Amino acid sequence: MQLTAKHQEYWRRNLRLTAVLLAIWFVVTYVMAWYARPLAEINFFGWPLSFYMAAQGSLIIYVVLIYVYAKRMRKLDLEFNVEEGDE
Amino acid sequence: MAATTVGANRAFFNQLRKYYTWYTGGFLVFLVVLAIAEQLGLSRQYIGYAFLFATIALYAGIGIMSRTADVAEYYVAGRRVPALFNGMATGADWMSAASFIGMAGTLYLSGYDGLSFVMGWTGGYCLVAFLLAPYLRKFGQFTIPDFLGARYGGNIVRSIGIVAAIICSFVYVVAQIYGVGLITSRFTGLAFEIGVFVGLGGILVCSMLGGMRAVTWTQVAQYIILIIAYLTPVIWLGVRHTGVPIPQIAYGQTMIKLAEVEKKIFADPREADVRKIYSERVAAANAAQKDTVKAHADRRVQLEKEVADLRTANAPQARIEPLQRLLTEYPTDPEVWKAAVTKDRALAARAAPPRPHAQPYPGKDEAARDTARLNFLGIVFCMMFGTAALPHILMRYYTTPSVQQARDSVFWSLFFIFLLYFTAPCLAVLAKYDVYTNLVGSSFAALPAWAAQWSLVDPTLLNITDINRDGIVQLAEIVIGGDLIVLATPEIAGLPYVVSGLVAAGGLAAALSTADGLLLTISNALSHDLYYKMIDPSASTKLRVTLSKVLLVVVAVLAATVTSLKPGDILFLVGAAFSLAASAFFPPLVTGVFWKRATKWGAITGMIVGLGVCIYYMMRTYPFFTNMGVPVMPLWFGLNPISAGVFGLPAGLLTIIIVSLLTPEPDRQTQELVEHVRYPHLRGDPVSTVAT
Repeated sequence: MQLTAKHQEYWRRNLRLTAVLLAIWFVVTYVMAWYARPLAEINFFGWPLSFYMAAQGSLIIYVVLIYVYAKRMRKLDLEFNVEEGDE
Repeated sequence: MAATTVGANRAFFNQLRKYYTWYTGGFLVFLVVLAIAEQLGLSRQYIGYAFLFATIALYAGIGIMSRTADVAEYYVAGRRVPALFNGMATGADWMSAASFIGMAGTLYLSGYDGLSFVMGWTGGYCLVAFLLAPYLRKFGQFTIPDFLGARYGGNIVRSIGIVAAIICSFVYVVAQIYGVGLITSRFTGLAFEIGVFVGLGGILVCSMLGGMRAVTWTQVAQYIILIIAYLTPVIWLGVRHTGVPIPQIAYGQTMIKLAEVEKKIFADPREADVRKIYSERVAAANAAQKDTVKAHADRRVQLEKEVADLRTANAPQARIEPLQRLLTEYPTDPEVWKAAVTKDRALAARAAPPRPHAQPYPGKDEAARDTARLNFLGIVFCMMFGTAALPHILMRYYTTPSVQQARDSVFWSLFFIFLLYFTAPCLAVLAKYDVYTNLVGSSFAALPAWAAQWSLVDPTLLNITDINRDGIVQLAEIVIGGDLIVLATPEIAGLPYVVSGLVAAGGLAAALSTADGLLLTISNALSHDLYYKMIDPSASTKLRVTLSKVLLVVVAVLAATVTSLKPGDILFLVGAAFSLAASAFFPPLVTGVFWKRATKWGAITGMIVGLGVCIYYMMRTYPFFTNMGVPVMPLWFGLNPISAGVFGLPAGLLTIIIVSLLTPEPDRQTQELVEHVRYPHLRGDPVSTVAT
């Protein structure tokens, strides 16, 4: 079937959301780990910041990112009328 | 119809919640009863048996209740597993014996650098959530090769998918069954091989009778046991150290104290003494390889001088005597001496100065530190992309009732996994603080009870020798096997033996649940993808399910047989499975959804190149292969063989892009399939893929 302009827009919005979330994921994971040595000098409630991020902080951010994705996509589905009936 | 489905799903959810609440309550009662029985004098061995047989019987019971011969029930649990429960099942499916028993130990031993696994094994779920799970659910068939076969067309892609799925799952399942054997033998005294087959029985009853349906409901039960087992001793230990019942949020203070203790211990001259003794022994062992006669004589002179020095310094007799004995028993034949000292070369690692727990990428110079950083990032990369490509995990997202529930379910999966993974680094720090303050500096005559006991039970897990003979335990004199941390935590925390039994039951649940999921993946790849889709598409549903059950038994017995041969480095095997999966599956799965232009030949060549590069790098750099005669190659950028996926994945992705652009665009039908999976519900969509 031919996708409507609205369908195309849905997919673009989806890609944009995915890209933003993956960018955050990338910074939290790879950029933070790359600079782990200087970040270790910063004290975060007792933990060196780089240790805290790798042991706990990045994990919490991952959980939140996935939560945000599920929530935003539910809204997007409804807005563009591609939600799954009531299955 | 829609309204009744929603109603039915809701009722099913409530029913499940009720069952599992009762189940959790029942399990807690069981714990209390055993604890009372222990106080009344029940022996440790029987407590071990009670945990082993009660939990396996429980899983088997769930398996028998969930038995089925229906195809959709067998392969995808009827596609009605609610997001929350699928999350728990994925958590158990995901967390293996390595996570449960090994992780905290790895963190204890390698400090910050071990956190690459914690990050990799959680961050990978972001990729699953954003790039794969919802689209695979919309596609809605049974296996991962199913998707590759439908998207790229033809049997070649499907076949490569089958081979890759079997390689990574089999490697991984061997590691799990190994874990099962280890735990059962340790806690019941059964022989390792018997332990393997007892555990295997538990796996089989469950997955064979009910396929994915039985595996799902057992995995939820196993998750509940394993998380209770992991958290109980840590919370106890945490209250003692931090005064807060959620030590995960309070151990920052313990880290400050740990850093102070480390500073004190590392500066202790007696520690340097012990390490100097190691260096001397290593030097003697190395010298013995070159000129045995001269080294033999030199070492004797060195020992004599040490004794003389001690006497001049008026050292206590207790310190001189052992050295003196060494001298009296000094072998006269240089060859005998050489044979005795050669093994001392292994002490080189212990002669190195210890590293602060929180310090990232330690190394002797800038180059060594940069290589350490690169390897950290390499492991994070491979574990993340491997997570998003392992078929037994992706398969779980076929089982939810809808696309939205698949998205929610990834959230719950990571949440439940997070509970364990953010506890492991905390446990490592608490245990380390305990060892550094209570064990280090204690007298050999009065070791803490748990240390005395474990060093007796298993010297590979804990070995303390008075190297410098001062009667006091130095840090450098302690050798700890990684698995000790989780296994001994209940005793370090001073908890009754019941909790040790509980930890064993948790480790068993972790190993069994992962093995279940993996075995199912392998037998489905063979029965569904190979037999039904490629050999006999007219096979009846009854035949397909029966075939799958038979294959499951065959594969399980094969895996157990391989395991009982105790193949080498299990940890490397697990890492290899991730690198292989990342290289083979990730590129074609993601381009399959996000790039309509990706073609059949692109996928075929991409998968072969990805797998090929990954295997090539491992073969040329990993000692296991190079010792068998494969020519050795220097490491690329200093990256260890476990991170071979760092090269395999980009190579595969690049090949897909180049070859796809060189071959004609996929036909209209394929493009419609891609559009179909991109929208949770496309009104007026001509494509229908959901298999029942």
